[in-house]
Parts: sequence; C-alpha cells; structure tokens
Amino acid sequence: MSTTTPTVPPRTRRPVSEVYKQKTRVRPIGFIRRAHPLTYLTLIAFLFFSAFPLYYSVIVASMDNSALGQVPPPLFPGTHLVENVRRVFDTVAFGKALLNSVIVSSVITFSVVLFSSLAGFAFAKLRFRGRPGLYVAVIATMMVPSQLGVIPLYMLMAKWQLIDTLYAVIAPSLVSAFGVFFMSQFLSSAVPTELLEAGRVDGCTTMGLFWHVVLPIARPAAAVLGMLTFMNAWNDFFWPLVVLTPENPTVQVSLSTVASGYITDYSLTLTGAALATMPLIVVFALLGKQIIHGIMQGALKG
Amino acid sequence: MKSWLHRADVKASPYLYISPFFLLFGLLGAFPLVYTAWVSLHDWSLLEDQHTFIGLQNYRDLFADSAFWNALGNTASIWVISTVPQLVFALLLAHILNNRLRGQTLWRTGLLLPNVTSVVAVAIIFGQLFGRDYGMINWVLGLFGFGHVDWQAGTATSHIAISVMIIWRWTGYNALIYLAAMQAVPDSLHEAAILDGATSMQRLRRITIPSIRPTIIFTVIVSTIGGLQVFAEPLVFGGGGLTGGSDGQFQTLALYLYQAGFGRFDFGYASATAWLMFLIIVLAAMLNFLLIRRIRRA
Repeated sequence: MSTTTPTVPPRTRRPVSEVYKQKTRVRPIGFIRRAHPLTYLTLIAFLFFSAFPLYYSVIVASMDNSALGQVPPPLFPGTHLVENVRRVFDTVAFGKALLNSVIVSSVITFSVVLFSSLAGFAFAKLRFRGRPGLYVAVIATMMVPSQLGVIPLYMLMAKWQLIDTLYAVIAPSLVSAFGVFFMSQFLSSAVPTELLEAGRVDGCTTMGLFWHVVLPIARPAAAVLGMLTFMNAWNDFFWPLVVLTPENPTVQVSLSTVASGYITDYSLTLTGAALATMPLIVVFALLGKQIIHGIMQGALKG
Repeated sequence: MKSWLHRADVKASPYLYISPFFLLFGLLGAFPLVYTAWVSLHDWSLLEDQHTFIGLQNYRDLFADSAFWNALGNTASIWVISTVPQLVFALLLAHILNNRLRGQTLWRTGLLLPNVTSVVAVAIIFGQLFGRDYGMINWVLGLFGFGHVDWQAGTATSHIAISVMIIWRWTGYNALIYLAAMQAVPDSLHEAAILDGATSMQRLRRITIPSIRPTIIFTVIVSTIGGLQVFAEPLVFGGGGLTGGSDGQFQTLALYLYQAGFGRFDFGYASATAWLMFLIIVLAAMLNFLLIRRIRRA
C-alpha cells in the first residue's frame, strides 16, 4: 500500500516546513490528500455493485420468462416490458396499491413535517417548564423500534374497527421522534432569537411567529425531512402487512403477494419490484443531493 | 386584557405545539410497548374473549421452545455476517471519499441508491440473483469452476444470501454517516501525519477511527436494532414464508414473532417474544451509552 500511494511527490526533498509552506500557498486545505487513480477504479467498481441489481431487475422485467434460463444470463433488456407490466396489474391489485401508497405516504409526510416543525420550534426557541426532560424523552424514544408494540397496536386498531383500512397504516406513523429532533436541531441554529424577539415587540402571537418567521426559514430542513419520511413510508412493510389484506394493499404488501404466489415467475416478480422502486428512484434522481446533505447533517448531530 | 392574552399565549403555546407529538406517540407508540409486557403475562388469544393471567408461563414456554433458540441463533448469525463487513466496507469507502475527488455528488448518489430501494424489492431481486438454477451468482461461480449452490437450502448459505441483501442496502448509508463524521476531523491532523510519512491505511487506523469512534458505536447500535428486526428478506427470499425455509434454517426473531402473533393469533406468546427483543435492545443501548461515556472520559 505504501508503495502505491506516494502522496508527497518524490522530487521534493527539501525540508518539510518549506514544502508545506510552498504548497499551502497554492491549495490551502487538504492539499496532499489528492486521489490516487486506483481510488477511482475502486469507486467505479462500487458504483457498479450499487447499480447492477437494479439494472438487472429491469432486464428481467423486460424478458419472457423462458429467456431466463439462458447461458450466459441476459445482460441487455428484452422486448416484453409492457406485457410484463400488464401482467403485474392483472395479477394483483397493483393500481390500487400504488394509489394507496401515494395516499399513505403523502398523509404521513405532511403530518410528520407539520408536527415536527411545531414541536421542533417549541424545543428550540420557546421557554417552558420541563423542556429539558421532555426533550430527552424525545431522543430516548428515537431508538425504540415500533415493531415491538405491534400486538397491542393491532388490538387497538381492531377495537376501533380500522383493520384493513388505510387509517390503521397511517395512524402510528403520524409523528416521528426523529423528525422532532431533526427540526429542533436545525431551528435552534437557523432561527435568530433576535428576530423572534423583534416579532414579539411588534405584537406577533406565537402562532404568528411560527407562521411568518420560523416556517420560511425551516423550509430546506422541512424538505429534507419530508423526503426521508416519504421514502420510509413508501418502503414500510411490516405494519402494513399486519393490518392490510391483499385486496387493499400498499405497494410493498402487494409486491410480497406477487413474490409468494408465483415463486418461479421471475419476470413477473421482478417487474413488480422495478415498478415499486421506480417512483422513489425518480424522486431520488431529482432531489438526491438534498437528501444526501440532510442525512449527513443529521448524522453529525446524532 | 391584552396583556393577559399575551401571557397566556406565551405560557400555553409551547405545550400546545409539542402536544400532538406526545399525545400521538403516547397512545400509538409508548402505550402499546408497555402494554406488550402486560399481555405477555396472559394466555391471550385473539380468538377467545377470556384472557387468563398466567404469570411467566409464556416466557417458560418460550425458553423451552427449540424454534425460539433457533430463531435467536439465526438472527444473531445474520446480524454478525451482515454488520461486520458492512461497517468495514463503509469505513473504507468513507475513507476513500474523504479525499479531494472529482464527482463527489455522483459517488454519494451511488452510495445511497441501494438504500432507496425497498426491502421487499431488494429481497425479490437478490432472490433471483441467488437462484439455484438460473441465478446470476451461481453462473459467475460456475465460471470459476464451482458447482451450483442451493443458497436457500443450507443454514450458512441462506444466512450469507440474506446478509448480502442487508450489506448491499446499508453499506452506502453508513459510509455517508462516517463521511460526515470524518469531515469534522481537522485537516491539520492528516497533513501532519502525511508529512511524517504515514500511509493512507495508517491514517485510517491511527487518526480517523479514534476520532470518529462515537459515530462508529452509534452505527453499531443502529444496526443491532435493525438486525433484530430483519423480516422482509427472509420472508420473501425464494418465497420462503413465515417458517424461514423448510427447516426454519433462516427464520429470524421477527418472523417468529409474526408467526406467533398473526399466524396462530397467540398474542400472549408473541408479546413475550416482543418484550424479550425489547430487553435485548435496551441492553445494547445501555452498553453503547457506557462505552461512549468511557471514551469521552479517556
């Protein structure tokens, strides 16, 4: 490894301090940590492994089932995509599933962003008794997986006669501890306290401050939280599987129905998988940069 | 009058704003979790109205059930096989990306792409790739002279296949988290080390890893919690179903819980399973907390 990464050019045999000074004038930060050509090869290989399974699902989705036994396996798309897509919609209630998933994910996203911004504003910028303790409670609950409370949650939904309805899917996800934490971290540094005080002097109510001062500033963080929430809600599987039936599914539930019913029909199941992933890939292609930024920011504070 | 309204607004608003979170979380998050413990002490079936208090009998049954130990073992094994390579790869990737590079956005998008894919889709796609007869992976192994592996049939092979799915989906995400932490490490440390002749690997071991240790522990705890919940992959893998293969060779705790709760509708027994899983998570979280505190003190 040491022979392949001559990070300091060999010709600079002058005293170290001199090299440092000379180089820093050109590139102030991180000047020596330039990438080795091997680095790019490694990254390209990684990119290949990241993208290949998705690409392969599209290939299989565009194939006739009988073409899958070929040796070597097919590496380029075939011509049966439209037919396979039609078969997915004929086999399971996929249209309904798509609509259900859009409804569920949108409602959850709206609710999480709204309630997280409200609570985040209160924790970050308002004074009230019990604030530190309550904030610790929020952080502590972030770690607890909701999956473990499924039995009583199911009993509650059964009692309210919400089984097999979208309400049952949506209700437990209406608020998120991570969302509250994320928004309050962002708002505590992004909203100048003087601005709030000035608003107060001008006779603004607290709700007025939230609406006219905080929300406009919170917009970028709210967008990131919204996208993360939408992706999570779209991909959620365990709880929707518990409360929904194959006749009224979300995309993931319907996908698992396709997979369990037609074990050998790979072109059908992989068409379903590709279809279910497509909306998120589109969102990700458009807004990936912000999502990545949001995750890295959240990580630093976490 | 006006000042009274103003005072009421200032005093009450904060509670009003945090109340949706606490009310909804209390009702649909905290209460079910606590109530799980109560249900676990009963002979509680969805199909009967009578719920008899039986103390710790469900736990005794659980500990006496070899299928429970099998599921616990499978979960632990899949957790180790998936977490260790995942975090090592993530560290190396983040270390590489923490250089001056062209196309940072492209690489980072590549990191997160698998994470956007749903678990069910991942399980379906990899189920095909790991197929016995027409799977791409067996074909590649065949090129190197290996025979066809029946990935689903064996304990070790099925655990590897499931772990690969988890590794594929989460490595990039963890790399992003590490990268964020690495960027907070002062450049001057690296520069001084380079001038002293340190190689890239030495810097990773001596500077980067010690500096981001709390983040590493954080990712370990998060993947522990995630590892206890592995569900969709074994459920979908080759259409295996709730039993996790013909001999339960890849049945995880989450599948076991689902089978008891929504296969047999034995709510008491399922609750005991859930509560045990919760205790394991609390233990892991406490261990994590202690470790971080020790590092901060040192």
